[in-house]
Amino acid sequence: MAMTDNQKTFAHDDASVVVVIGSGAGGGTLANELAQQGIDVVVLEAGALHTTADFLADEWASFAQLAWLDTRTTSGSFRLARDFPNLPAWIVKSVGGTTVHWAGASLRIQPHEFAALTNYGEIEGANLLDWPLTYDDLAPYYDRAEQRMGVTRTNDNKGLPGNNNFKVMYAGAKNLGYSCNTGHMAINSAPRDGRAACQQRGFCFQGCKTGAKWSTLYTELPEGIATGHLELRPESHVARIEHDDSGKVTAVVYFDAEGNEQRQQARLVAVAGNSLETPRLLLNSASTLFPEGLANGSGQVGRNYMRHMTGSVYATFDEPVHMYRGTTMAGIVSDEAGHDPTRGFVGGYEMETLALGLPFMAAFLDPGAWGPRFTGALDQYENMAGMWLVGEDLPQESNRVTLNPDVTDRYGLPVANVHYDDHPNDIAMREHGYRQGAELYRSVGARDIYEVPPYPSTHNLGTCRMSERPEDGVCNAYGQAHEIPNLFISDGSQFTTSAAENPTLTIVSLAIRQAEHIGQLMRQGEV
Amino acid sequence: MSSPTISRRVFLKASGGVLAGTLAFASGPIALLAPSRSWAMPLDNLSSRQGEALLAVTRQIFPHAGLEDAVYAHVVKTLDRKAVEGALLTTLDEGIAELDRSAGGDWLALDDAARLEHLAPMAGTPFFEAIRGDAVVSLYDNPLAYAHFGYEGAEGDGGYLSKGFNDLTWLPDPPQPEGGYLPFEEPTA
Repeated sequence: MAMTDNQKTFAHDDASVVVVIGSGAGGGTLANELAQQGIDVVVLEAGALHTTADFLADEWASFAQLAWLDTRTTSGSFRLARDFPNLPAWIVKSVGGTTVHWAGASLRIQPHEFAALTNYGEIEGANLLDWPLTYDDLAPYYDRAEQRMGVTRTNDNKGLPGNNNFKVMYAGAKNLGYSCNTGHMAINSAPRDGRAACQQRGFCFQGCKTGAKWSTLYTELPEGIATGHLELRPESHVARIEHDDSGKVTAVVYFDAEGNEQRQQARLVAVAGNSLETPRLLLNSASTLFPEGLANGSGQVGRNYMRHMTGSVYATFDEPVHMYRGTTMAGIVSDEAGHDPTRGFVGGYEMETLALGLPFMAAFLDPGAWGPRFTGALDQYENMAGMWLVGEDLPQESNRVTLNPDVTDRYGLPVANVHYDDHPNDIAMREHGYRQGAELYRSVGARDIYEVPPYPSTHNLGTCRMSERPEDGVCNAYGQAHEIPNLFISDGSQFTTSAAENPTLTIVSLAIRQAEHIGQLMRQGEV
Repeated sequence: MSSPTISRRVFLKASGGVLAGTLAFASGPIALLAPSRSWAMPLDNLSSRQGEALLAVTRQIFPHAGLEDAVYAHVVKTLDRKAVEGALLTTLDEGIAELDRSAGGDWLALDDAARLEHLAPMAGTPFFEAIRGDAVVSLYDNPLAYAHFGYEGAEGDGGYLSKGFNDLTWLPDPPQPEGGYLPFEEPTA
């Protein structure tokens, strides 16, 4: 039985419901939090409902099942625009959104990172800004998110057992004087919350078949539905948001599974479509009153697109590693995550274990490459260890999601174009990360080192950023649009800066905080 | 009057070829998976010689010394399937003809080094990219390749918790609590 079978349903002309667009970390969490307060919510999810039983232990087949493959276009000097011009992002189109695919790393943004402008100073080419909230403002919600998600090494949840890839990272980290453990992961290290302990399948990216990894698919969404206040509508692709003459949003127009246009009236709308689709939707909702797109008086909708400084280091050894066995990302070094400009860049980065299966290793090792250097790496696949570098990239006004007037989707809507140029700071940080990663593995006797370029981005951030002043961003510290009081941004688009850490824990914490605020505003009759 | 079955056989013979070979490594991991040492693969759209040429081109693009032709044949198979589109068939046909022209007759008659010498200048052409782009997926996304390169694929579906996720012994085991705990292990620190 599907979780939607016996759910409460709401009429399309019921103007009292909150409509949440997207069911991932932001949307799924927000919807459940609202439902728990007794607020009626309709969740519109573009993707289909796939359950854990549907997940595939096959990288390409799973990619075809889960990934957002609707056309997008790219421009700019980042390498992805050449290698994967229609795949700037590796995110999910399925109920649960990218929480189906994420690796589970759950790190808090550091206090100094919330005030990037203050702490880093003005940087040429960057559009830095302090968040309109501090670490202390968010800390209680981090506590609640960690509790809810069962993050390891918090709340008496023991650390996950390290796999072979971790053993190599740990040995190298120790040699370099780094500290290293199996990380803060939203993956059960023991049975918890009605979900199993991690069985070390190694298919974290393909959907966790045992449900050990937190995903809104089998936590927030069914919990919300159980309250009788949440209706989940999969395969509902939102086209635009409508508003009245006063500028308040009133309805959401979407295409259902059969391709029929539907209109759901709403008291309040929360957008959580990921940092590519969220600005696209606001821009596609332009009207006479909002000619530049909804909530875009500042002109910042779609700008400041961040995708994290990323890169991978793989190393081969004389002996087998079998890096693909076990939890993909349970191995973290945070020693380079601080802000230390003597390294030649501002901000910092994390080093996290990462493994790809043979098919994706071939696809992403060095896209476009051929010949013996390429095949030599795969010949040593069994003896390979790997890490991902993930660090702060700087917001730039010109890094931007715009509508591509020349390319439309199956509903005739302009698709998102993603423009990205690396900032010199991003490049300096990546080079430092490559060096340190290589050094770490060399200290353990690495034979060959492979510096692997960024993958299609799973961390998409900043395109509707929060700001103290309306002219600097799109929404306030609660994700409420500066221009439209009953329109909220509820995903990673809100991030004022990217910080170094994997964003999901912060997205969930912001959603919990936002839900509390929306509940208050509704009770006070302000929205 | 011929039966429909015979017509189909005649048709297949006329339009498609066969790619065949023998496993080179009788004791390799692939031999363990294969029902016999000889293998054959019918082609629907490519001729036998086109199949052989494409296999040889793929070997130059992604050279793995010990990898069986039977694995490279996966690439020919997917190209053959895709070649139902006339445009790709033409691209492949013209590319092979270009190699032959460049080789002064029969590119397949050349040795390895000479084959590469004539192929390398074609890197980036639609012919080369059609093969590379297909092969980077199809060559490495099949059970024979998994066995050869040491990837366990869907065998991991049940989890490696009791099947070697932490069986690496050439480095010391990390201490606890850094190295974490098994699901039913009590934290000691």
